[in-house]
Amino acid sequence: MTAMIDIRHAQKTFTMHLQGGIELPVVSGVTFQVEPGECVVLSGPSGAGKSSILKMIFGNYRCDGGRIGIRHQGTLVDLASAEPRQILSVRRATIGYVSQFLRAVPRVATLDVVAEPLIANGMARPQAQERAGQLLRRLNIPERLWPLPPSTFSGGEQQRVNIARGFISDLPILLLDEPTASLDAANRAVVVELIEQKKRADVAMVAIVHDDEIRHLIADRIVDVTSFALAA
Amino acid sequence: MADSNTAMQDYDRPLLMAGGLGKTYGRLNACQDVSFSLYPGEVLAIVGESGSGKSTLLQLLSAQLAPSSGKVSYRMRDGVMRDLAALGEAERRFLFRTDWGYVHQDPVLGLRMAVSAGANVGERLMAVGWNHYGHIRDTATSWLERVEIDIGRIDDAPRTYSGGMRQRLQIARNLVTEPRLVFMDEPTGGLDVSVQARLLDLMRNLVSELGLAAIVVTHDLAVARLLSHRVMVMKGGRVIETGLTDQVLDDPREPYTQLLVSSILPA
Repeated sequence: MTAMIDIRHAQKTFTMHLQGGIELPVVSGVTFQVEPGECVVLSGPSGAGKSSILKMIFGNYRCDGGRIGIRHQGTLVDLASAEPRQILSVRRATIGYVSQFLRAVPRVATLDVVAEPLIANGMARPQAQERAGQLLRRLNIPERLWPLPPSTFSGGEQQRVNIARGFISDLPILLLDEPTASLDAANRAVVVELIEQKKRADVAMVAIVHDDEIRHLIADRIVDVTSFALAA
Repeated sequence: MADSNTAMQDYDRPLLMAGGLGKTYGRLNACQDVSFSLYPGEVLAIVGESGSGKSTLLQLLSAQLAPSSGKVSYRMRDGVMRDLAALGEAERRFLFRTDWGYVHQDPVLGLRMAVSAGANVGERLMAVGWNHYGHIRDTATSWLERVEIDIGRIDDAPRTYSGGMRQRLQIARNLVTEPRLVFMDEPTGGLDVSVQARLLDLMRNLVSELGLAAIVVTHDLAVARLLSHRVMVMKGGRVIETGLTDQVLDDPREPYTQLLVSSILPA
């Protein structure tokens, strides 16, 4: 019972009130565990509910049934029934999420976008910025771009800023939604290296990757989401 | 040890609690049966269209309007939870002058337009007993810097300021006494989009640096997403949906919330 993530029979249905109340079943019976230092890759065709499962683990999508157990500061928290304050605390101290797209505040410099999670956790700004700089350099974002807000960057650059922001904290759980989708080979290799490093630090990860080569490199185990998808 | 224990408990105890709060005007229910707890450092957004009761609720919560039913309690600095309706005049004044901030949509309502910017900020300090001119001026100066107002303009009256500057000055005036709770009524409402982004970024940083709790009324879901941890959606005087902000906005459950979210025009 050392699992960092312990999901049992989790279920999600969207009810579209604006479309006459259509029920859109997404997943049901989602059950799997993730141990520290393990990277589980979710597989299945587009629309099978992979991203929805990640969002449920992050508490971004509500869960209609089942349990999403997260080991948080030594206790097991069920995100499916947790209070908003608890979910926020879990996000601060336990779960990081690298989304597909960067949602940055206008006007904030790239260096600060990346350093922000550390500062929010109490690290001094100069120290946080130094670590942000190291990570940006490693992801090949030139230093002259650091003072600029990332909103004007190319898709690939924005994704690397997003990855830096997601990987900078030392959180025990990391969720990755297509972290390499718009990256070139060199930067994909950097991300694979970063994931390896997280594994050595005992971080539990759940990832979605469409690239077979990357999946082969990072996956310790593959969970097929098709079995959780509901026939509509 | 004792100190860290108290600090921890304070963080885990609500700062403000509303229970069964309601306001009727004759037969009109402007606001009914609102209950929630706000914790220290938490930012709550109240969203909904005009007439949904969100401004009435803000006035009830900030003791500017007496409720027809229910009550609001607030944890005073001595740690005791008090019913706002039962406070004496002196205690109420203390809250308004020191422990609370109130940022109006129209800065004209929150500022004194004919006195200098420095005096606008300094006035709140004098109200809580500061009397050393040099200290007041230094503190006012540093607050103008924090809200990105050119120090060269400290002796100018806010009527010579642009809308964005006035709003930033209003924020400085409110935060100078280090309140624990700030009420904001459509804080970016009357501003150009470019000015809004700057103000939001500034408010977001100040709130997190100072560990402020805030209740923000807005009809703009983007403002709620950027500033708040939690959101309450109001319609017809009732809270119809509540939860973590990104949860409510990304996975809205109620028909009305789904309508609100799907009505945002993509940029």
